Parts: sequence; C-alpha cells; structure tokens
Amino acid sequence: MSGLIKSSIARKVAMALSALFLIIFLLLHFSVNFISIFSEDAFNEASHFMGTNPLVQFLMQPILILGVVFHFVMGFVLEAKNKASRPVKYSKYNGGASASWMSRNMLVSGAVILAFLGLHFYDFWVHEMTVKYVEGDMSGVIPGTEHLRYYEEMHAKFADLWRVIFYCVGFALLSLHLLHGFQSAFQSIGVRKFRNAIVKLGNIYAIVIPLGFIFIALFHFITQ
Amino acid sequence: MNLTLKIWRQKDSKAKGQMVEYKVTDISEHMSFLEMMDVLNEGLVAKGEEPVAFDHDCREGICGMCSLQINGEAHGPDRGITTCQLHMRMFNDGDTIVIEPWRAAAFPVIKDLIVDRTAFERIQQAGGYISINTSGNTQDANAIPISKEAADKAMDAATCIGCGACVAACKNASAMLFTSAKVSQFALLPQGRVEATERVMNMVKQMDLEGFGNCTNTGACEIECPKGISLENIARMNREYLAASLAKS
Ligand code: HEM
Ligand code: FES
Repeated sequence: MSGLIKSSIARKVAMALSALFLIIFLLLHFSVNFISIFSEDAFNEASHFMGTNPLVQFLMQPILILGVVFHFVMGFVLEAKNKASRPVKYSKYNGGASASWMSRNMLVSGAVILAFLGLHFYDFWVHEMTVKYVEGDMSGVIPGTEHLRYYEEMHAKFADLWRVIFYCVGFALLSLHLLHGFQSAFQSIGVRKFRNAIVKLGNIYAIVIPLGFIFIALFHFITQ
Repeated sequence: MNLTLKIWRQKDSKAKGQMVEYKVTDISEHMSFLEMMDVLNEGLVAKGEEPVAFDHDCREGICGMCSLQINGEAHGPDRGITTCQLHMRMFNDGDTIVIEPWRAAAFPVIKDLIVDRTAFERIQQAGGYISINTSGNTQDANAIPISKEAADKAMDAATCIGCGACVAACKNASAMLFTSAKVSQFALLPQGRVEATERVMNMVKQMDLEGFGNCTNTGACEIECPKGISLENIARMNREYLAASLAKS
C-alpha cells in the first residue's frame, strides 16, 4: 500500500484522477452557466439551488476545493521533481521535434488557469460566502425585492472589458491544457482501450467547453 | 562537407565540463555520424590532443551502446535509428552541430559524451527476469500456448536495447518507457505472469530510487526511441502497478 502513496506512478494516477474529476465538474459548471444565455429565471433558479442545497454546499463544494488544490499543488510538486531529475540542462534541447507545446508546458497553462481561478474565486466565491455565511443572508434575493440576485450580479461583472479579456485568456489556456491533458489522464490510469475515441472526445471537449465559456463571457459583455 | 561541431568536453565525472568548438572538413555525406566523430578524433590525436570520448560498440543499431544528444535530439534528427546509424546526409555543408551527452541526474557523465547508464541495469536486476531455469532441460516452446497478439506485443517490447534515448529525450528525464518495456515483455507472457506482482513493484521502486523523473505523457520518448517502443507499454505498466499495489495491500 505504501507504494500507492510514495511512488511516481501513484502520484501520476492521483494527478489524473483529480484531473478527471475537474473535467466532469467543468461540464456541470458549463451547463449551469449556459442557461444564462437563454433564461434569466432558470439561471437564477439553478444558481439558488446550487448555492443553498446542503449536499452541494457542504459535500460537493469541499470536495471540489480539495480537488482543485490537490491538482495544482501536485502539479507543482511533480514539476519540481522533474526539474531535479535533470540538474544539468542541455545547451540545445529541441523538445518541439518530438512533443507538442501543450504537453511540454502543462505548468505554464496551469499557472495561467490558477491566476484565472484566483480572480474567479474573488469575483464569485468570496462574495457568495460573505453574503451567505458571514452576513447570514441565505434568501438569495435582492434586498427590498422578491427577485433573485444571481443573474444580475453575474451579468454586471462582465461589464468590465479587462475582466472579459482575462476570462478569454484563461479559457484559451485551459483549452491548451486539456488538448494534451484529456487523453493524458486516461494514459496515466492505464486506459488504452478506445484510444482513438478518447483522443477525439478529448479534442472536442478541449475546444468546445472553453469556447463555450468564452462565448458566455462575450455574450454578457455585449448585452450590457 | 565542412562542419562546425560544438561538443561537451568533461575530463572526468568530477570535473566541470564545457562546450568546445571544433571544425571538421571534407566529411562525406555517406559517412555515419560516428565515422565523422572518428575523423574528428584522428585529427585531434594527430595534433596531440585528447580525443573526444563517446560510447559505441556494434555500430549497426543493435547493442544500444551509442548515445549522443545531437542538435537537441536523442540520436539526432532522424527517426527510428541509433546514432551509429545516423548518416551525415541528414546535415548540410556549413552546419553547426551541437553534441551533448544524455542529461539526467540518474545518468552522470563519466567523461565527455559518455554517461553512466548502470541505473538501467539496476532496474533490470530489480525484477526484469523470470526465476525459471532456462538452460539444459527446457521444455518445448509450443507447450504453452500464447496468442499471436501477446507474442507480438511482448516481442515489440523486448526490442528495447536500453540505450537511454527515452530518458534523454524526455523533458522530465523519466525512465518510464524503458522500465515499462522491460515490465511488458514479461507481463504479456504466461511465464512472466508468475512473478508479475513483485516484478512491477520492485522495478518501479528502483526506477524511483535512481532519481528519474515522472512521466507527463508528452510522447517524446516514443518518437525518439530507435526501436519505436510504444507508449502503450507505459499504460500497461501503470495498470500492472495499480493491480499489484492493490493485491499487496
Ligand atoms: C488550478 C490550476 C492548475 C494547475 C497549476 C495545473 C497544473 C497541471 C500540471 C502541471 C499538469 C501536468 C502533470 C504532469 O506532469 O503529469 C496537469 C495535468 C492535467 N490537468 Fe491541470 N492544472 C490546473 C487546472 C486544471 C483544470 C481546471 C483542469 C480541468 C478542468 C485540469 C486538467 C488537467 C488534466 C486532464 C491533466 C492531465 C493529467 C495526466 O496527465 O494524468 N487542470 N495540470
Ligand atoms: S553502437 Fe550499437 S547501437 Fe549504436
């Protein structure tokens, strides 16, 4: 069992499992966000449900936070270990000849995603936590009205051009991260069956989902 | 053709090395890369200088002794070959060629372009064998039926010559392609299944102890491997390892 904790393969498998978890989560997140394109009310309902359901709040949310933290901390740990495995660098190293840019720069794309997540947490998570658990207002309505506040708050965030640009850059890098990462995660856990289908599905996911998020951000910027 | 060579020179394992520039002239495009290195060394010896030390043996792509990171690629710019099989026609007159040893914490430089690859031997010794007496009274090879597919895959894995190009090419200096080939060639065959659990655990443990990096699945190893060992082997090793860890716990 100790092998499962200390070995290089165990670390890789843990990395892959946390990544697969994030991939599933992202799909869910995208679905909820996408509702905001065609129905303000439905988006409000969905947000209120996610924001107040105890199972989501006290089980899924902590798991998600742990998952994200584990993933990026492990990313940095692996990178440090890998750097230490080649203490003397090549004076000329043509990495591009045999491997894609995406695969060689997972930490670069990951770091940009992390910066994006920083802003994203500040924008939405910190605000939600403050309103709900510090100020103790679980109603989810705009004070003095009966109207749910989520859509309006979200929509207002995208008035800021710089924020929209940062969102787009963040998702572009997520796309690059996943163009390598999606199939890589399956390879890490030893799945080679349906290889071609996994690679194709990965490419579709890595392009469609980030583009979808970018579309939503632009939609709210344009419809201000 | 005339070439400029930038070569890593290092007196011994403790010395601080550096890149040194040399010129070679009248190199035939039909020469192998190592023959070009021989020409350089003959010139150096004639001048009373120390020749450049590099590994080689069979010079026909089967022993795995030759190495060299050439212009930033393991075994140079060609595919599916070792350095001894690299031809000078892959280069142009006037080119500058950068020649370095394999770089990895687990492959320390012994002299110039020669590195110590005994880490691979220690990984092999940790489990890359079957404890069956194969000399003398061997039973008929056809007594144990083996599917064509398994036999082919095991054979493909067994073509690994242990040159270390996978480690050299990998941005993480990971030895997973080598180790997985050695795990796979046994894991795929009934004779190898008997000790499969111990084998994969021990070989991976040794691989980690030697200080090789982790696999990021960039696939550079597979591309630069002179024998075309597939990444499929790494996935197999990961599966074997997971199953073995669970079986042992
Ligand atoms: C929070 C910032 C993030 C950082 C710093 C980060 C960093 C990394 C790094 C360094 C790797 C390569 C690990 C290796 O060497 O094998 C990696 C792999 C991966 N990441 Fe991320 N990542 C982040 C966020 C995400 C997100 C949000 C997703 C998905 C929605 C994701 C999906 C993946 C996948 C699928 C892999 C491949 C796993 C594997 O090869 O087994 N990452 N990440
Ligand atoms: S010298 Fe034997 S493989 Fe190159």
